[in-house]
Amino acid sequence: MVKITVDGKKLETEEHLTVLEACLQNGIFIPNLCFLKTRPHPHASCRLCFVSIEGYDRPITACTERVRDGLVVKTDTPEVRALQRSAFKLLMSLHPCNAKLCPTEKPCLLMRIAKHIGVGINPKPLERINRGLPDFVDFGSLYYVPNRCVLCARCIHTCRSINKRPLLTFAKRGIMTMVAYFSSGNDSEVCSNCNACVDICPVAALLPKSAFINFLEAKETHA
Amino acid sequence: MEVSGQHIGHGIREEEEQAISEKLPEILGEFSRERSSLLPILQRIQEAFKFLSPGAIKAVAEYLGLSGSEVYGVATFYNQFRFHPPGRHEIKICMGTACHVKGGDVILENFERRLGIKEGETTPDREYSIERVACVGCCALAPVAVVDDKVIGYMQPSKVEGLFLQFEIQRKIREGQIKTEAS
Ligand code: SF4
Ligand code: FES
Ligand code: FES
Repeated sequence: MVKITVDGKKLETEEHLTVLEACLQNGIFIPNLCFLKTRPHPHASCRLCFVSIEGYDRPITACTERVRDGLVVKTDTPEVRALQRSAFKLLMSLHPCNAKLCPTEKPCLLMRIAKHIGVGINPKPLERINRGLPDFVDFGSLYYVPNRCVLCARCIHTCRSINKRPLLTFAKRGIMTMVAYFSSGNDSEVCSNCNACVDICPVAALLPKSAFINFLEAKETHA
Repeated sequence: MEVSGQHIGHGIREEEEQAISEKLPEILGEFSRERSSLLPILQRIQEAFKFLSPGAIKAVAEYLGLSGSEVYGVATFYNQFRFHPPGRHEIKICMGTACHVKGGDVILENFERRLGIKEGETTPDREYSIERVACVGCCALAPVAVVDDKVIGYMQPSKVEGLFLQFEIQRKIREGQIKTEAS
């Protein structure tokens, strides 16, 4: 076991954990979207899990740092919050929130993160960028909702770890980056509808077609 | 509510894929079966066929022992690759800094709306394709479009209509719907 201090609280955690896991396991929330335990190297792309650690001259991402004895961590310094807020606002500038049409359970992860870091769930003062992407992209047995996707790559990694020949990938680049589905159509490359990508997505940007149709119908009867 | 396919390869005819797949083994044979061959192979294929068809992407993946999605991901990362056959008239809209500042995106949108396709795509009748390009080197004329290798400066929405009028007349002449005196 390893002893660390987080926000003044003394914690005992297992060795080899990341600071992020250690905190989450002990009920201390640190915003995070892209962390996946099964990944050999943290993707560290969402830039939301910043903490400050004694002895470091600037905040670092909690998902890339391992616990060790005597570590003193703060999760809510002004520097940490400033970095988290800019990362979150950049994310929201590409994520038009349409709560009524979004099947996530409310409050969704993004709402919880916004509340935690003390900002609204909007891109202000940044502009909302319209990338001109379609509302839904047909992935065979799934629909992909590009405007909802936060590009955490969890689905891609998950598909890769299950299939020797994965079917999901990032396509394009920069602000046009989106997840894409591509199958060669031969036996070694078929989607088995395992829905692992659907389950791992933090923002319901991947939906099985059946669930999606039920959801739309339910919306219509309520409207 | 707009549902879209993968933006790749729609409208490609079976006989075209067939013709490509017949020539592919020879092209692939020029390269070693290593991951580092991926980009050179894609470039070579695009040189030969002007675009990367879904079938070609699959064949490359097969040849290199990669998954199709990996090849697709790499290919779409680079602006130089196209996934649709070019149209008879190739329309390129400059999105370099100067043209961007001068409203290049409005011009692009104009063409897209007029033709009902997005940049990187080709109209179903194969008459027109739209592409966005980076600075073409005549920023003083911004915003700039390059249509069939002819530079058109100070582009305006009104010029878009004029252009198509001209193309449609040419098409009618080509198809014999209008007779020309000269012959
Ligand atoms: S679809 Fe979901 S899991 Fe995949 S990259 Fe987008 S947000 Fe992440
Ligand atoms: S969870 Fe650490 S950067 Fe995304
Ligand atoms: S930016 Fe368009 S020509 Fe230079």
